[in-house]
Amino acid sequence: MEKSSRRSFFKVAGISLLGISGAAPVLNSFAESQVSHTVEGSYVKNESTLQAKRWGMIINTKELSEDNVPSIIEACHKAHNVPNIDNKKHEVKWIWEEEFKHAFPTVNHDFLNERVENLKFLVFCNHCNNPPCVRACPTKATFKRDDGIVLMDFHRCIGCRFCMAACPYGSRSFNFENPRPFIEETNPLFPTRMKGVVEKCNFCAERLAVGKIPACVEAANGAIVFGDLNDPESEIRQVLKENYTIRRKPALGTGPSVYYIV
Amino acid sequence: MNDKKIIYLGLIIFAVIFTFPFWYNQLKASPAPEPILSQTAKDAKTCVEPKEFMKTGHMQLLNTWRDKVVREGMRQYKSTNGKDYNISLSSGEESCMGCHGSKADFCDKCHNYASVTPYCWDCHIEPKENK
Ligand code: SF4
Ligand code: SF4
Repeated sequence: MEKSSRRSFFKVAGISLLGISGAAPVLNSFAESQVSHTVEGSYVKNESTLQAKRWGMIINTKELSEDNVPSIIEACHKAHNVPNIDNKKHEVKWIWEEEFKHAFPTVNHDFLNERVENLKFLVFCNHCNNPPCVRACPTKATFKRDDGIVLMDFHRCIGCRFCMAACPYGSRSFNFENPRPFIEETNPLFPTRMKGVVEKCNFCAERLAVGKIPACVEAANGAIVFGDLNDPESEIRQVLKENYTIRRKPALGTGPSVYYIV
Repeated sequence: MNDKKIIYLGLIIFAVIFTFPFWYNQLKASPAPEPILSQTAKDAKTCVEPKEFMKTGHMQLLNTWRDKVVREGMRQYKSTNGKDYNISLSSGEESCMGCHGSKADFCDKCHNYASVTPYCWDCHIEPKENK
């Protein structure tokens, strides 16, 4: 008897608790979580998207000069909100100039042609066919797309910098500080990055997606050729056929997609 | 058997304290804010997906969108309402912020209320009108 009365007390107490305490919000939130969070829309590429099996570039150093090189660099950095940080240790760059002996240490030798020895080379990410940076990235923030572009998903970068250690070309920069104050004029069409994120040239993936060629190619007026390396009919393959070209550190086996006419 | 009273009293006090946040909030809660729609959004009449879904699920949609764009290069969304949308947070007229021109009037209204601070705007550039 004693037992059953205690039991009925708890029953009544429990029910009245639900009533008086306004369990409604709790129940509501349970009910709300039943709302479906997935919708069945579908996704496609823009019709104007430029597509290729393997994008590549040829830099014709014979056509580079002090007149056009700064504007090529500026075109890229403006388009991608690359901050202009004076402190060498914190600097961020997507495309920059490098001396021959640094860009091509394995080809460098004594008694080099004077023009080549003094030339500044435009260097940036090589969008390697076998990219060590992709293998090193623990979060898959760096990945290689089907069209050969080695791209970064800034959302996923945890700033561990394994990719920077893995890249034999120093193509990547790290944001040691918030880049926003160092961008003179932000381009609203491209995001900035934040402190703790790695960045590099993206072969202008965002421009290819809307049918435009990369900003540096556009600014180079023919000094840079851009195209599909896997298409034997493409302009880039024609230029490769007709010119002697070199790639950076080919012996490492990364398979750079950027070629240089010297 | 005198303990009975003490036990009941204790149970009641426990119940009151335990449920305090629920009924206290019901009495006190400030009304949910109404985000202000821009004229463009009003004219469009419909969002990318039904309003009810967008209220609770916009973050899931945005999450899927960012992966589609960045990782798969898919930049167009065919909505269940049959329309095509440009997948972008803030670039172009057909983007999220192209329609909801003011972050302060639209996003922040609810996010502040719910004490949610998404970090989208650390990188993405909000429309100029907010300055
Ligand atoms: S150049 Fe460096 S960052 Fe670019 S794909 Fe090759 S290894 Fe990766
Ligand atoms: S391809 Fe685009 S991101 Fe890369 S260096 Fe050229 S302009 Fe910059």
